[in-house]
Amino acid sequence: MPITDTTRVQLREIIARYPKPRSALMPMLHLVQAEEGCVTLEGIEMCAEELGLTAAEVTAVVTFYSMYKRRPIGDYHVGVCTNTLCAVMGGDTIFKALKDHLDIGNDETTPDGKVTLEHIECNAACDYAPVVMVNWEFFDNQTVESATELVDRLRAGSPPKPTRGAAALCTWREAARVLAGYPDGRANEGPSAGPATLVGLRVAEEHGWRPPDRPGRGDRAPGAVEEAAAETRARSGSTSASDAGAPTAPTSGTTPPAGPARPREEGDRP
Amino acid sequence: MTLTPVLSAHWADSESWTLRSYVRAKEYAGYRALGAVLRRHPDEIVQLVKDSGLRGRGGAGFPTGMKWGFIPQGDGKPHYLVVNADESEPGTCKDVPMMMAAPHTLIEGMIIGSYAIRANHAFIYVRGEVLHVVRRLQEAIREAYDAGYLGSNILGSGYDLDLTLHIGAGAYICGEETALLDSLEGFRGQPRLRPPFPAIAGLYAAPTVVNNVESIASVPFIVGRGVDWYRSMGTARSPGFKLFSLSGHVQRPGQYEAPLGITFRELLDLAGGIREGHELKFWTPGGSSTPLFTAEHLDVKLDFEDVAAHGSMLGTTALMVFDETTSVVRAVLRWTEFYAHESCGKCTPCREGTYWLVQVLRRLEAGRGTEEDIETLVDLCDNILGRAFCALGDGATSPITSAVEYFREEFVAGTHTPAWELFDPAASTLFAGTQAAQAGARV
Repeated sequence: MPITDTTRVQLREIIARYPKPRSALMPMLHLVQAEEGCVTLEGIEMCAEELGLTAAEVTAVVTFYSMYKRRPIGDYHVGVCTNTLCAVMGGDTIFKALKDHLDIGNDETTPDGKVTLEHIECNAACDYAPVVMVNWEFFDNQTVESATELVDRLRAGSPPKPTRGAAALCTWREAARVLAGYPDGRANEGPSAGPATLVGLRVAEEHGWRPPDRPGRGDRAPGAVEEAAAETRARSGSTSASDAGAPTAPTSGTTPPAGPARPREEGDRP
Repeated sequence: MTLTPVLSAHWADSESWTLRSYVRAKEYAGYRALGAVLRRHPDEIVQLVKDSGLRGRGGAGFPTGMKWGFIPQGDGKPHYLVVNADESEPGTCKDVPMMMAAPHTLIEGMIIGSYAIRANHAFIYVRGEVLHVVRRLQEAIREAYDAGYLGSNILGSGYDLDLTLHIGAGAYICGEETALLDSLEGFRGQPRLRPPFPAIAGLYAAPTVVNNVESIASVPFIVGRGVDWYRSMGTARSPGFKLFSLSGHVQRPGQYEAPLGITFRELLDLAGGIREGHELKFWTPGGSSTPLFTAEHLDVKLDFEDVAAHGSMLGTTALMVFDETTSVVRAVLRWTEFYAHESCGKCTPCREGTYWLVQVLRRLEAGRGTEEDIETLVDLCDNILGRAFCALGDGATSPITSAVEYFREEFVAGTHTPAWELFDPAASTLFAGTQAAQAGARV
């Protein structure tokens, strides 16, 4: 997909989000990556033109950040965490197995253009180690078998759903568009959290542990900002937007919805 | 000591990430204190956060209220609040799940913080490699605008705030606050010389506060429930609650929210102990940039003071746990490769030093080290520590010097025997014992 005039319009929309134009460069690069699958010279030149920079100045930024790719990426970018914690927990074994299975090296793409394999750094999911990311969605607690099946299904066109993420994987380009600041409407899919995220909460529940009560609960807490007063107003059913605690967001009245708003995800109740 | 779920209290609620769920949360109904906050003088909010003793959760532990107080007022310049959501320190995995489960907690804290420092534009700098977190933040910001919590004349107070989500592109160094600001301005993310500090010349050379996600997310609770309540948890100098992230060879890894001052022994007990049939070898109190601890340190209080008194740092309370199957040389080499990869190249000690550390450690891991290599490692670290431009270089030396201190014999073994012969990598994996693990692997 070549860069079009629509792209140029959207680049200008991105620039308008910031007090100073150059701040828009990173999301602009995510956008040109969404259009072409990687950051091409054409994409660099268009960003440079819109910001009044040279292509060299833009290239200097592109090459600094590991998520901008200068070569085409497959439909699915498979990132295996091999930072210490994940590596020790099995990331090294998984990465080697995937290289052998796909017969490609690090930062290479399968001949069918489906899968690009890369080892990545810590992705903030250490409690789910070893972790594999596909198009920056989490696949937690992987094994050699699960990771091998994962890439097979990606190549076969039946991608599995992420452990903690949208209901279905999007492509690399679609992901890049979201990162450019164009939401894909999938925020409400998937669980709130996985089991490891909630493990402490569950332990606390089992023991009946709660944080201490507010001193003088019911009266105004010393040093607190009138929460008690706000609570009273909220309870009295005031709906004026000027009242604290009276959201104008769509709610379904004061009663909770009759049934669960969506099928319960596995991660909700481990 | 018991757990105190505050930040995490509503994470298991149905659709916890939505505004609808947040404003109905059991323990703390979201945005409830906001209207009252906006009727107070901003200086009172700064003072309240100062009095709470809240200390930065991004690693350094700098008092948050004091940071806010440094912003010059009446200077006629725009002010900015920038939230550092670039969580990338190895082992650290608290902000990402928090933003996935509860993005509105962060947004509410940002509104309060921005009001306090008199900023009309705030930014979240989130790392790009967490797509679903980005989606949740985008949607939460949209909801907050629609509900009148963001935008102009918030809740009729006359206060205006815009919030922009800025998405990074893969660079650990952008977690350093001045590198983050350069990145947010559209440059390579390289640290700036300080002073001037961001409070005087930050984003666009204007007064700027950069706060960690967890710091800002703590603010609505502190403001809503008060200083006394907050200080009833934790220790005198490290008050409050904190997310402790346990990972690695423990029975139940995950997020445990507890008062500061809890010990690793207590947390480990709650996490079911070290995995079956194994014993603790080493652990990090706060990410890979904090010197390693061992079984000797099980009773160190996990607060800023006691951890420092025992030669490490509380950091991000990312407790990576390794049992006796793990080669410390392999672990340290991998972290060092990470620092070498992520060094921004601006200063020589870090750029060149991390490169050479990797060369020496690779020899030692392969059992081809020399007698001098261990002294060379220590000497290199000595020449990086305190001489690098930012904390990345210092952090790179932490795992090495502490590992040599506690496990010198393993480095000595690296002069004759490969680490993977001394410590079978298959035995350390989550799936140890299975056929695939037995096949072994070395990248």
